[in-house]
Amino acid sequence: MIEYEFPGLLNYWIVFLLMMIGLYIVIAHENLIKKIVGLNVFQVSVFVFYISLAKIKGGTAPIIADGIEVYSNPLPHVLILTAIVVGVAMTALGLALVVRIQESFGTIEDDEVREIEERQE
Amino acid sequence: MTFLAEHIAVLVVIVPLMAAPFCVLIRNSAVTWGWATTIGVINFFLACLLLQQVMAEGTIVYNQGDWEGPWGIVYHIDELGALVVVIVSAIAAIVFPYAKQSIEREIPVERHYLAYCMLLLCMAGLIGMAVTGDAFNLFVFLEISSLATYVLIALGKDRRALTAALRYLILGTLGATFYVIGLGMIYMMTGSLNMVDMAALLPSVQHTGTIHVALAFIVVGFGLKLAMFPLHVWLPNAYTYAPSAMTAFLAATATKVAVYALIRLIFTVFGDVDPLETYGVRIAVMTLAIAGMFAGSLIAIYQSNVKRLMAYSSVAQVGYMILGISIGNAPAMAGGIIHMFNHALMKGALFMALGCVYYVIGSVKLEDMAGLGKRMPLTAAAIVAGGFSLIGVPLTVGFISKFYLVEGALAAGMWPVALLIMMSSLLAVIYVWRVVEIMYFRSPAIGSEARTEAPLSLLVPTYILLGAAFWFGIDATYTGDVAMSAAQTLLGGSK
Repeated sequence: MIEYEFPGLLNYWIVFLLMMIGLYIVIAHENLIKKIVGLNVFQVSVFVFYISLAKIKGGTAPIIADGIEVYSNPLPHVLILTAIVVGVAMTALGLALVVRIQESFGTIEDDEVREIEERQE
Repeated sequence: MTFLAEHIAVLVVIVPLMAAPFCVLIRNSAVTWGWATTIGVINFFLACLLLQQVMAEGTIVYNQGDWEGPWGIVYHIDELGALVVVIVSAIAAIVFPYAKQSIEREIPVERHYLAYCMLLLCMAGLIGMAVTGDAFNLFVFLEISSLATYVLIALGKDRRALTAALRYLILGTLGATFYVIGLGMIYMMTGSLNMVDMAALLPSVQHTGTIHVALAFIVVGFGLKLAMFPLHVWLPNAYTYAPSAMTAFLAATATKVAVYALIRLIFTVFGDVDPLETYGVRIAVMTLAIAGMFAGSLIAIYQSNVKRLMAYSSVAQVGYMILGISIGNAPAMAGGIIHMFNHALMKGALFMALGCVYYVIGSVKLEDMAGLGKRMPLTAAAIVAGGFSLIGVPLTVGFISKFYLVEGALAAGMWPVALLIMMSSLLAVIYVWRVVEIMYFRSPAIGSEARTEAPLSLLVPTYILLGAAFWFGIDATYTGDVAMSAAQTLLGGSK
């Protein structure tokens, strides 16, 4: 029998929950802006995942100084900085595409866009 | 020369990456085209030197800023990586000269410089994916190439290009993020991001649930990027509505590099684990690959837009590559690898020929192509020759890869698989024949019988690529050797 410490895996449950919320928004919503917001929530869940796995109980910032022996792993934080930049670029590009879609289709509802496209065939 | 030999591993990425912003500074359409073409050709020579160096001296490990792995980011280039670098830069060197007139017809002049800038960035990202030995660095390069790809698709004239780009952006981001999740889990268990280091650390934790989930995330993530059936839904529209030159470049490179990345992860990072065997997923992957081969070809048969037809055929061809990986012996693996190279040549040539058609008649619909054999004999002949290669007629590259695949399937005692490879080739005969029939045995619509061939600047690059497709089909010793030794290096790690 494995003993679960109550807050022990809480961060992973939160990550999981956020991830599913994000994915659900991407799949279920027809509004393209909402889809991109969902994608952002999904990505943020991954950021939280990386940052929380670097945390060590009682660990401090990784500075070499007297009295500091246990410190958190700084590498995932750095990785996530990169991932955030990628996420921002993705969001900007996605929103720019939504603007262009609004201009040329007159709507940002995916089902309506699809209907217009089918008529164009 | 020693400087070049020492730093060539990083130069193939840096040259296009640094060249891209200059396009935005220059802005003039013709000058940016000249600049991008020069860079493309230079990079092709660098890539050839790199392949030569790898073949002569073995795997190159390049430490960025002299930080040794696993602490620093290293570039790790073996035969397969070098081959992929050559594929990408060769296609770029051919597509850039072609792009000038094709882009002039399809993209408004004030956006030309952006198109060249994005092509260079996409190229840098794809080459980076091929050379990197750091798993997180792979994600960064993946996103550089993907973001550039979304822009390239959205440059299409048709408004459906926008929705195609956005849908690809959503699925592509999901795929890349899935990969990051999987990577995070591996990092959690091994504490390393260096591929070689991870490979050494993974066997001790291979039976933990975290690693199982990580592998699943990684395979699904890259499955999305490489359009593995049934994750291919973004591909047909993206290829259909992107500008012709971009389609040629992307169809020839993007999915292949994603296949390469998957090979790298399964056979290098998970090399000592041999995941296909250990987790018993070989049959599942193989089933998906074969399903992709048949579904792609069957859907292709019913398409009325030839670009979309070829896009579905790409889904089928990716199936062959995955099949080669999943069989798991050296000839089949070599078949998968050589098909990456060969398919780049033939699909590149086919989409470029379709670009010629679009340039002249302004459409790639099947009914508009009636009588094309008389109106544009050279272009039509190129489409037929490329089609032969897709089917796998002897003397074409398509034959070579299928030969290796069948040999591998038979060596593994999987004769039904060999039979299925033959059968799916028959489906290719049907969809290629539909195009041939319309081009040669239908008379053109009244008023359009005049013979107008595409300009030489479009035809020459198309025929260079097509010539390569026949050259390596007639004499496959060189590509065969590279693929075979790459396959043995990869499989050597898993035994």
